[in-house]
Amino acid sequence: MGTVRIKDHWGEQRLFEQRAVVASVLIALLTFVLIGRLVVLQVMRYDYYADLSQGNRVRVEPLPAQRGLILDRNGTVLTENRPAFQLELVRERVPNVEATLKRLIEIGVLEADDLEEVTKLVRSRRSFESVPIRLRLTDEEIARFAVHRFEFPGVDIATRLTRFYPHGEHAVHALGYVAAISEGDVKKLEKDQQLANYAGTTLIGKLGLEQAFEKELHGIDGSRQILVNAAGRSVQQQGTLTPDLQEIKPQPGRDIITGIDFPTQLVAEQGLIGRRGSVVAIDPSNGDVIAMVSTPGFDPNPFGRGLTIKEYAALRDNIDVPLLNRAIRGEYPPGSTVKPAIAIGGLAYGITTPQHTKVCPGFFRLPGSSHRFRDWRPAGHGVVNMQAAIAHSCDVYFYDLAANMGVDKLSAWLGHFGLGQPTHIDIGGERRGINPNPEWKRTRFKRREDQVWFPGETVSFGIGQGYLVVTPVQLAHMTSILATRGKSYQPRLVTALREQGTGKIEKIEPKLIETVEASPEHWQVTIDGMVLVMNGGTGRSSQRGAEYQIAGKTGTAQVFTVGQNEKYNEAQLDERLHDHGWFIAFAPAEAPKIAVAVLIENGKHGTAAAVIARRVLDQYILGRTTTPEIPPPVKTAAGTVVVPDAAGDE
Amino acid sequence: MFEPIEVGSRSRRTFSAAGRILGALKLDGPLLVGIGLIMLFGLVVLYSASGQNWSMVFKAGVRAALGGVAMCALAQVKPAFLRRLALPLWVMGVILLIVVDVTGHIGKGAQRWLDLGFMRFQPSEIMKLAVPMCAAWWLHERPLPPDWKALFVVALIILVPSCLTIIQPDLGTGTLILIGGTLVVIMAGLQFRVMFGLAAAGVVSAWFAWQYVLYDYQKQRVFTLLDPESDKLGAGYHIIQSQIAIGSGGVFGKGLLNGSQGQLEFLPERTTDFIYAMVGEELGLLGATILLLLYCFVVGRALYLAVETQDTFARLLAGSISLTFFVYVFINAGMVSGLLPVVGVPLPLVSYGGTSMVTLLASFGILMSLYSHRKLVAS
Repeated sequence: MGTVRIKDHWGEQRLFEQRAVVASVLIALLTFVLIGRLVVLQVMRYDYYADLSQGNRVRVEPLPAQRGLILDRNGTVLTENRPAFQLELVRERVPNVEATLKRLIEIGVLEADDLEEVTKLVRSRRSFESVPIRLRLTDEEIARFAVHRFEFPGVDIATRLTRFYPHGEHAVHALGYVAAISEGDVKKLEKDQQLANYAGTTLIGKLGLEQAFEKELHGIDGSRQILVNAAGRSVQQQGTLTPDLQEIKPQPGRDIITGIDFPTQLVAEQGLIGRRGSVVAIDPSNGDVIAMVSTPGFDPNPFGRGLTIKEYAALRDNIDVPLLNRAIRGEYPPGSTVKPAIAIGGLAYGITTPQHTKVCPGFFRLPGSSHRFRDWRPAGHGVVNMQAAIAHSCDVYFYDLAANMGVDKLSAWLGHFGLGQPTHIDIGGERRGINPNPEWKRTRFKRREDQVWFPGETVSFGIGQGYLVVTPVQLAHMTSILATRGKSYQPRLVTALREQGTGKIEKIEPKLIETVEASPEHWQVTIDGMVLVMNGGTGRSSQRGAEYQIAGKTGTAQVFTVGQNEKYNEAQLDERLHDHGWFIAFAPAEAPKIAVAVLIENGKHGTAAAVIARRVLDQYILGRTTTPEIPPPVKTAAGTVVVPDAAGDE
Repeated sequence: MFEPIEVGSRSRRTFSAAGRILGALKLDGPLLVGIGLIMLFGLVVLYSASGQNWSMVFKAGVRAALGGVAMCALAQVKPAFLRRLALPLWVMGVILLIVVDVTGHIGKGAQRWLDLGFMRFQPSEIMKLAVPMCAAWWLHERPLPPDWKALFVVALIILVPSCLTIIQPDLGTGTLILIGGTLVVIMAGLQFRVMFGLAAAGVVSAWFAWQYVLYDYQKQRVFTLLDPESDKLGAGYHIIQSQIAIGSGGVFGKGLLNGSQGQLEFLPERTTDFIYAMVGEELGLLGATILLLLYCFVVGRALYLAVETQDTFARLLAGSISLTFFVYVFINAGMVSGLLPVVGVPLPLVSYGGTSMVTLLASFGILMSLYSHRKLVAS
């Protein structure tokens, strides 16, 4: 410890002063550090932080474009946008969410089954967000809620535009429907760089025109910048300034004008009530589809609000496959309906002449074979020429003609009529059918022995059986080629696009695929044969009392193959194994305005189909029907379907 | 022609009259002006930060006035009395800290407040003044620079309250007490070699504290400072948002009331600990630099007053008060701009909050007293 130090006041003062100087220098240095930091943040990294700050305060809110309408040829609205009323809930304004939801169930505006899901939905969203808890309220539910409204602070009815199909299931397979955007849709949109355009949209076209013309209908979504605070809540202004926020107006989608004649469509649908089948009617002069029916159908409206799994399963697993558009995806053997086309082929190739006759004993045998190809009429048709063979649908005549033509010519010729290839109709999902030939068979089958084309197969081909399958739209297309004597127009639903607002119409030109070459006399002979079908032939019952001449052809497509020595006995067969009934027709025969193909699945024969076709032709040509409505089949207690019989020949 | 001269001379007279009044009140004019300007600056920013909440601005004004009264009152107190008060104040503070720690321990959780029924106050807040006072009192009697014996006692005076505060746990205030006391020793002329030795010891004890003393949330703050992006929505959110606020202010700022970060509530604690970011956003580099320069002016003036005082106690205490004030500014501004970890240190005289405002103004009152009574001491 040693010396006792004495306080040196002067020295201590000097020491403090030194320290004060050092401290001042340090303070200056540290202040410089602080200002330096500000310079780094506010000058050097200004752009970076300015961007972050802008991103913080501005949220881009999409403005959905209004979806285009779909109209028929007369301007009837087939698909529109309607305000739908939905119940929305703002959590922070509801004193007790659970009790509120329970009470909503009590008054009957919310389903008890949905409670769990709705609760989850409400909790998953931010407290100030308005969450839709029930879509598409009915008028009655709105009224019921209105009475009890005072009980529900924070719950309100909101309106938004949603897709509406005013005619329910009518024309549904042509129109398609819209439904929630799926993961698959998102991937596709991403690939097409369209995803941003769907930010404000919850629905997307799924089938038919809604899908095929999605791009035109959807339009271009706009967007609006809104100011948000840290909690994500939208605020009107910030401080004293209302910042300039950008808004891009949405561009509405275009309206689609179709060639559908809605009254004709309805008549066609009426004929198939309670049946499985399809009707396709085409304007032969340009390929416009006048009617496209596939039954059973379904109501597209629930898809927009979202089907429950159960509802969807019911549709998907229905044995009658209502979701299937039979008009473009149903493939059936055409049966005798291809006979007129084959006939003109035989003439065009010079293999036969109109005058050439054939004796029909009720069966046909290939030279050197014992196999009997049966005529539908066991007693035979006697001596028939081409017109008679068409009129009475003599199988033996066409067995013979096919055998003489050979499969290659037969197949190539029917190819000109569009069989076995897509018609390129303007909605997706079309099947191409099968127009067989030896080449096709070689690639189709794996086993060597199956790859050989047998002469007998050419014979069945002649009456539209065997491997040949077609879709109703293909047959209607074929019929329209017959009607125009060779002009093959690509079938199409859409004839024009209309701009919303300005009403400017962009017409789509009909597309002539090809002209099938045959001499006028040959066409005339064939068409005369089809006229004869209606006058004393297999379709005569449908011409009765008509104010114009129809040219038609019945057809029966085998579902069940009858053994060589058996007899087809429809009473013993399950209804679903009954033959399909076909009828193709165009009218008026000399100046055709409409060509139609009618299919009734398991309709046994073409006559029932012809009755429907008559009403369709009447409606389109005359603007009214002249035959009675077709009564739906009666389901008996045993479960079999009794089809009211229109006594027919084939 | 005579008019301007008249006016000039009259204003000079007015000025000297004000000087006389201030002298009589034992106040220092320049320091008062500096403090007043900073508080005015603070009220303007608070008006914006609070979302134009006049009642908040009014409350802050009332607190400033209360603090002003406390400052004036303390300025009248004679330094000798303060010196005598130092030890009892320190002892009382330590007792209160122990009480708070014990009740806090019983209550299982952070306990900083002492509830007296009519008011709550933080004993650690007293310690911010009591520790430098007591250290200055102790060193006042010893020859300087202090020898090891004196240093040991000073260490006790400083470390006991700061440790008691840190274990509350309140790392921020504990550190500030430690700094306030240490500044006294440094100004007392602690040899630089001793300082470096202590600094080395400090690093070792920091490592020890990290391993055995610090709570997880305190460690997290340090981590967050080192890498704010690692915890964007948690602890890092404060730092990220305040840097965005400052950075997006640019050179001239977005204008008062127009800072989107602050006005739209992205900036947390924008009226209290993070008000410096509001300044940066709305008033820009310019406004923030002006504020920092005002602080420098106040600290410089305070340091000048400290040098002018005539005894060791006054010098050491005044020096510690001046430098501690700057330390607060540096820690707050450094933390808000992302240089230092987030510790709960308000921006002196600007952040909204009563205790800090009153304590600070009281300390300035003491500083003025130490300066203005010097002639009386001398005569």
